[in-house]
Amino acid sequence: MDMKTLLLLIALAPLAGSIVAGLFGWAIGRRAAHVVTIAGVAVSAILSLKVLSGFVFGHAPVFNEPVYTWLTVNGNTYSVGFQIDALSALMMAVVTSVSLMVHIYTIGYMQEDPGYQRFFSYISLFTFSMLMLVMSNNFIQLFFGWEAVGLVSYLLIGFWFKRPTAIFANLKAFLVNRVGDFGFLLGIGLILAYFGGSLEYRDVFAMAPQLAAKTIELIPGHAWSLMSVTCVLLFVGAMGKSAQFPLHVWLPDSMEGPTPISALIHAATMVTAGIFMVARMSPLFELSDTALNFIMIIGSITALFMGFLGVVQNDIKRVVAYSTLSQLGYMTVALGASAYSVAVFHVMTHAFFKALLFLAAGSVIMGMHHDQDMRNMGGLRKYMPITWLTSLVGSLALIGTPFFAGFYSKDSIIEAVNQSQLPAAGFASFALTASVFVTALYSFRMYFMVFHGKERWKLNVHEHEADAHDEDEHHHGLGPNDNPHESPWVVTLPLVLLAIPSVVIGYLAVGPLVYGDFFNGAVVIDAIKHPALLHLGEEFHGATAMALESLRSLPLWLAAAGVLAAWIGYMKAPQLPDAIRRRINGVYVLLVNKYYLDELYFAVFAKGSRWLGNAFWKIGDMLLIDGLLVNGSAAMVASISRLTRRLQTGFIYSYAATMILGVLALMTYWFAPLILR
Amino acid sequence: MLTNVLSLVIWVPILFGLLVLATGSDAHARLARWIAVVGALAGFLLSLPLFTGFAELHGGMQFEEMHPWIEALNINYHLGVDGISMLFVVLNSFTTLLVVITGWEVIQKRTAQYMAAFLIMSGLINGAFAALDAILFYVFFEGMLIPMYLIIGVWGGPRRVYASIKFFLYTLLGSLLMLVAFIYLYNKAGNTFEISAFQDLKIAFDVQIMLFIAFFLSFAVKVPMWPVHTWLPDAHVEAPTGGSMVLAAITLKIGAYGFLRFALPIAPDASRYLSGFMVTLSLIAVVYIGLVALVQTDMKKLVAYSSISHMGFVTLGIFMFAGNTQNVYAVEGALIQMVSHGFVSAAMFMSIGVMYDRMHSRNIGDYGGVANKMPMFAAFMMLFAMANAGLPATSGFVGEFMVILGAVQVNFWYAALAATTLIFGAAYTLWMFKRVIFGEVANDHVAELKDINKREFLVLALLALTVLGMGLYPQAFIDKMHPAVNDLIAHVAQSKL
Repeated sequence: MDMKTLLLLIALAPLAGSIVAGLFGWAIGRRAAHVVTIAGVAVSAILSLKVLSGFVFGHAPVFNEPVYTWLTVNGNTYSVGFQIDALSALMMAVVTSVSLMVHIYTIGYMQEDPGYQRFFSYISLFTFSMLMLVMSNNFIQLFFGWEAVGLVSYLLIGFWFKRPTAIFANLKAFLVNRVGDFGFLLGIGLILAYFGGSLEYRDVFAMAPQLAAKTIELIPGHAWSLMSVTCVLLFVGAMGKSAQFPLHVWLPDSMEGPTPISALIHAATMVTAGIFMVARMSPLFELSDTALNFIMIIGSITALFMGFLGVVQNDIKRVVAYSTLSQLGYMTVALGASAYSVAVFHVMTHAFFKALLFLAAGSVIMGMHHDQDMRNMGGLRKYMPITWLTSLVGSLALIGTPFFAGFYSKDSIIEAVNQSQLPAAGFASFALTASVFVTALYSFRMYFMVFHGKERWKLNVHEHEADAHDEDEHHHGLGPNDNPHESPWVVTLPLVLLAIPSVVIGYLAVGPLVYGDFFNGAVVIDAIKHPALLHLGEEFHGATAMALESLRSLPLWLAAAGVLAAWIGYMKAPQLPDAIRRRINGVYVLLVNKYYLDELYFAVFAKGSRWLGNAFWKIGDMLLIDGLLVNGSAAMVASISRLTRRLQTGFIYSYAATMILGVLALMTYWFAPLILR
Repeated sequence: MLTNVLSLVIWVPILFGLLVLATGSDAHARLARWIAVVGALAGFLLSLPLFTGFAELHGGMQFEEMHPWIEALNINYHLGVDGISMLFVVLNSFTTLLVVITGWEVIQKRTAQYMAAFLIMSGLINGAFAALDAILFYVFFEGMLIPMYLIIGVWGGPRRVYASIKFFLYTLLGSLLMLVAFIYLYNKAGNTFEISAFQDLKIAFDVQIMLFIAFFLSFAVKVPMWPVHTWLPDAHVEAPTGGSMVLAAITLKIGAYGFLRFALPIAPDASRYLSGFMVTLSLIAVVYIGLVALVQTDMKKLVAYSSISHMGFVTLGIFMFAGNTQNVYAVEGALIQMVSHGFVSAAMFMSIGVMYDRMHSRNIGDYGGVANKMPMFAAFMMLFAMANAGLPATSGFVGEFMVILGAVQVNFWYAALAATTLIFGAAYTLWMFKRVIFGEVANDHVAELKDINKREFLVLALLALTVLGMGLYPQAFIDKMHPAVNDLIAHVAQSKL
């Protein structure tokens, strides 16, 4: 099998599964639907790993070829094509393997759902779209994948389309993402206009160095660097997709979707598309310090301030969602520090441990009979041992425990930022370091509330707000006399399979991926201007040494402090959080209301556009154009004819008199000159 | 190979239309339907050789036919298509077939006349796209108003009289000035109404401006451009589903086609000079109308406004090209957008028609949770809604994408304003979709809904295939239009002063 066939198979196998399950799901039944989609994704995953191994164990050549011509304009050809190098191969492997886990898990999680086949169809379609995105060799296909994953995300957030909250959330997600795409598309437009007409990465990157100093005047009199404007616009797209402040508002609400897709789309893969995109565009971003500073600041704000929100959430999925936001902030900061490989490394480790945490949360939710409120949980470790242990592994990886996957990627990011010489690095360094404490606090707050302490569902009858989320047939909650049960093997198997890389992948991969030459050629770094990663590499002496060195570093102790704080607050002295909350009530209210950004956006953008639309419609269209011009001119014709109608009296004598007057007038007109002459 | 394909695609539907009329009263409605569908199918099949047999390599007119008509005035029955007009002849014949199927059992009153009106209109529209003689064009251009006027006026909603008269006067008023322009050009060109002769004339700048205004008044109304658009929402709301489909898919395109065939080549200097003005009107259409669409409570009105906004991309592309003929992206984007909008808007109106036939309401507030009862329909409408919102892999994406990319080359802020459609287009389409399709079953009427039948499935599936096909492989269409666009570039780039 040649490479092109293999790659086509990787991309199209999930699509085929999706089409079969989607169009013929009603005929083939539930079992066949999950068999066919899982088979498709499994083929894709195995072949992706094969492709990746070519890059890991040896130097497979970069594949870069068109598949078919989509459009030819003005002599420029725009094709669908694949560029497979270390970066895309790694992403393909991550996407397909996590997707496979989620597919298997779904058999258990969605078993009672009437939309079973539809769900499998969607997640396979998602896998196809995401693969098209990461495998692309040009901007149009990138944009296609970009929008396609957005579509599937929309469909899946609104999967339970009867719930008002779900269909509000999916519309919101789509529109906020479209705001990002607005910038993204304009960025692509600038590339087309100034980079020689081609939209293939290869050609664009080759042109980029010549254009490094070019300026454009978007506002007359203000010369801006073309590269900075382009990169910032492209990054606006990433802000939408990767949920960076201030376009992050859609991600927490996206938790309305079923948990498997929260794991797959809204944690492990789709939301990292923005990170991947910037890493892919490294030859452009390296040419603009302005853009890198901007990225670093946005990422820092996201990392720190979204982390705070995780601390006050009581819905188990929302805690993980805010954690995802915060971690995406970390990745973004790494991009800003020109540590693209570190960012992608964190994408990978995060994909495993965050998918694990989400799926574990889903398992907990199943055990709790679809109650998501952590205030009703507690002591679950006794009933759900596998979920408990794998959650613990995921949490330890998340907070950056030495030797766990998250440690290597997160520590590398913090180190890279410390080494960065950009002006924004100071703030970023502070924000990320502080976030370490916050991360540990919310992670272990969740862990202790769920798995340790009193079995709270036995204490209170459901009275909490979280119940409002579950009005449909799913919601039962756990009665005071029920006990949760461990989930079936199709659920726990993916947890275990994801727990393994959450432990070991960092230790194994940090050397080659971050400090080795794995990404050579796939990402470009201007080592003179942005030497952070270079310095880091000089200090790196193996994964074990890195873990041991961290014992002397601040982040580790901050993480430990966070865990300790969570233990004190939620195990030792449960009255303490309430006491703190009362002391700083203003801050608490601000956090619970998510900084009031949702309210602000709703008032300004949603209501504002409707107000404008109404004004244009009622005043512009109805009053001015129709009222004044159209019906007005009709009314004028009518009134003139009303006047002239009076002449038509129907009396012979008045017509005769008019005629005589007319004849007189004409005669005067003709004969007067003759007489006067 | 048929030598008179164009005559056939004009007259076969008209003859079938007359045949359908001859079946008379509703006693023979069944016969009328079958004759109509045979006629529409024949028209569509006859139009296919235009697409498949079109020579992509050279420009100029193909499938030409020339017969003297009124010799005293040197008026000829001269037909021919280039890569631009050919697409619309095929699109029109395709739409007519869909419309006849759509009206199948929905129209129970005066069935024969209804079907006949569409068949006759189809022939007249094909004639307008194929005419190469200005008077012949004018006759077809005006003639097609009459069936549409009747369709709205007879089978329309409660305010059909207001709507049809508004439609008729609005569009007639503009075209009278065009006739004056033709007569002027006739004298100037040495007693000929050949459009190609008009295009070769050297014309003084101020005269070009006058001619441009004459064309503008007749074509801008058709497109429709802001601020002469207000007839369209009224016409759509009152028109029966089939009427809306043809109106949106084809009739609007004739306006844009007129700019490309007459205004730009005959008055290129005026077009260049006024391109900024036209671009401004187009951008107003995109943004202003996009916002107006957002607040509509009537589904048809919403889609009608969305049509105006999407047609804004067409005129935007055309006049960015008029301003700078290097901007091939803009004009080819505009053409693709014209074809795509034909599919997408027809599909949107069809979808609304499917619901209207069951609920007899177009009011968004009367719906909710339709997906529970009509899952197959909901899936189709999701696709069309996404196409309307310009999602890649649907036809709706290609044209808008190209026009926006072309706009960046002209002025970044044009592109920024045009790109707001990414947000507003998604907002008004998906917000409507949410309120109508998603949610719990809203009321007893929705609870009684039945999913689409085979006939509706056929129409929606055909539209879905074209929407996806064009989105995945637009090159098939671009190949056809390339030579014509090259001709246009050569023509418009030259000053005619």
